[in-house]
Amino acid sequence: MAKPQKKYTGSSVFNTTPDAAQRKKYCRFKKNGIKYIDYKDANFLLKFVNDQGKILPRRLTGTSLKFQRKISQAVKRARHIAVLPFTGDMIK
Amino acid sequence: MATKTTKVKKEESVVLNNYESVIIFTPVLSEEQLKDAVAKYRKLITENGGELIHEENWGLTKLAYPIQKKSTGFYHIYEYKAPASFVSTFELAFRRDERIMRFLSTVLDKHSIQYNVRKRNGEFNQGKNTTKQQEAKK
Repeated sequence: MAKPQKKYTGSSVFNTTPDAAQRKKYCRFKKNGIKYIDYKDANFLLKFVNDQGKILPRRLTGTSLKFQRKISQAVKRARHIAVLPFTGDMIK
Repeated sequence: MATKTTKVKKEESVVLNNYESVIIFTPVLSEEQLKDAVAKYRKLITENGGELIHEENWGLTKLAYPIQKKSTGFYHIYEYKAPASFVSTFELAFRRDERIMRFLSTVLDKHSIQYNVRKRNGEFNQGKNTTKQQEAKK
């Protein structure tokens, strides 16, 4: 069953396009050996939010649960110190 | 660096934890006022049995959203070792200070300490950029 994924196509970093959907998703943190996600690094965190500033789900990014938790923590911290916006249109 | 911290912990009776505090000062401050404020909290850390590991100043930075109707702020980051009870007194001082718009204190685990050390040495940024570029290519 094809999922309607039009909503998230703004992030070209992830395999959300139909032809790339067949490729196996992987956790970039496990693969690259990243152990800590810096909440002060806005450019990095922008990969894990959509155009509205919402955190992208794991099923789209392929992140493992362990690091999804860390991402969400980091994004929320970044929002508190005004590194990332809470909401917005076209924040990328 | 990491081996040193474990040695210190064993020798002293008071356990020192690693913390990081990000403070946003109001953009209204002059350069001297900012220096004074920064020095004040630096002093507070060392006076309360903590030790400063690293400091970082981002200067006047644009905020992602307005805070107290201001769209910019001076970011200052302290990385320090201190006893656990110190953080509450540190944050109390932040709350009482009108120059501070926002603050965030976090505990650093072993991975984040390592990350900060690598970032300071400057080896990190280059590596990170290349991984970013690789990902973009895919």
